[in-house]
Amino acid sequence: MGFGPVAPEQDEPYFHAEWEKRALGVTLAAGGLGAWNIDESRHARESLHPAIYYSSSYYEIWIRALEVLLKRHGFLSDADLAAGKAVDGAATPKRVLKAEAVAAVLARGGPCDRPLAAPARFREGERVRTKTFNPTGHTRLPRYARGKLGTVEAVHDGFVFPDSNAHGEGENPQRLYTVVFDGSEVWGEGADPTLSVSIDAWESYLEPA
Amino acid sequence: MAARVRALEAILTQKGLIDPAAIDAIVETYETKVGPRNGAKVVAKAWSDAAYADWLKRDATAAIASLGFTGRQGEHMQAVFNTPETHNLVVCTLCSCYPWSVLGLPPVWYKAPPYRSRAVIDPRGVLEEFGLTLSAETKIRVWDSTAELRYLVVPMRPEGSEKLDEAALADLVSRDSMIGTGLARVPA
Repeated sequence: MGFGPVAPEQDEPYFHAEWEKRALGVTLAAGGLGAWNIDESRHARESLHPAIYYSSSYYEIWIRALEVLLKRHGFLSDADLAAGKAVDGAATPKRVLKAEAVAAVLARGGPCDRPLAAPARFREGERVRTKTFNPTGHTRLPRYARGKLGTVEAVHDGFVFPDSNAHGEGENPQRLYTVVFDGSEVWGEGADPTLSVSIDAWESYLEPA
Repeated sequence: MAARVRALEAILTQKGLIDPAAIDAIVETYETKVGPRNGAKVVAKAWSDAAYADWLKRDATAAIASLGFTGRQGEHMQAVFNTPETHNLVVCTLCSCYPWSVLGLPPVWYKAPPYRSRAVIDPRGVLEEFGLTLSAETKIRVWDSTAELRYLVVPMRPEGSEKLDEAALADLVSRDSMIGTGLARVPA
């Protein structure tokens, strides 16, 4: 079915080639420039051409998307890439990640919760339906879970809203909910009767059932 | 790809945008410091200490931070406990969200389309490919990590482990058992 079997690797190493180490490090270090957020970087990866996205390894996806982000924010040019060295100037970054700061930066991470004063629209145990929409921009409501009837299992804090944050339109935090669906609601006839699937959904993804 | 990444690193270094020593430090962190042994310690403590297990259930971020595990892709943790009735399985269908602070960098299969597309529709078939067959009655709960919450599965404590201390218990906890694609090992 679909993409075929999962192929777990015994005693898999963290990296399968030296360049993967550098790809991880360059991507995180460039994120440290402070020019884009995690949602914009996810959207850049997901906006690669599907044929490239599905035929690339994950670190390859990261590097291809990183080039897009660096160009978009004025840090990299096609001339640089063609020459394989810096030929054009670069925008001034907010900051540059230095080796001595790495441990603290990684240990701090980037919390995305933003406490909200407004009460939650939905309560635990309430039945809700996910919206059906097909935005041209970024979203974190998976296609398989659109227009489905589910139950709010947990009401969380406010979280940065990726659909706007990915496009430089602000964090606009919204309440987040864990919503659980029966397998049959999502997959219909022939679904595994023992299956339930949950997503974490921002408030504007949901409407009362 | 090797040449492409090398060129990119060189260009950014020449422009003063990245520090190659910072890249070395990042790689070293994820090769030697942050990995699934962290998560195994969390699970072993939860098995040994009912009060800790309760805390982990209520506030996983704080309970995990108390053992020193914090940071990138572990800012908002949730622990989900396997029971005799329900088996939990974690996936990110949208990208590759994974609890780095407790499990380290995700394996290739976790980030690849077969797992990401099939875990939510055919989890039993996927688990069979990991050599794990659940009973037909076991309920399966799949957690799709679509936001910034990161899920850690707490596998069931195996039989025969009653006399083991936390360090020995942690050795029974595989990475896959904390994703849900495996079970904790039974002690020899």
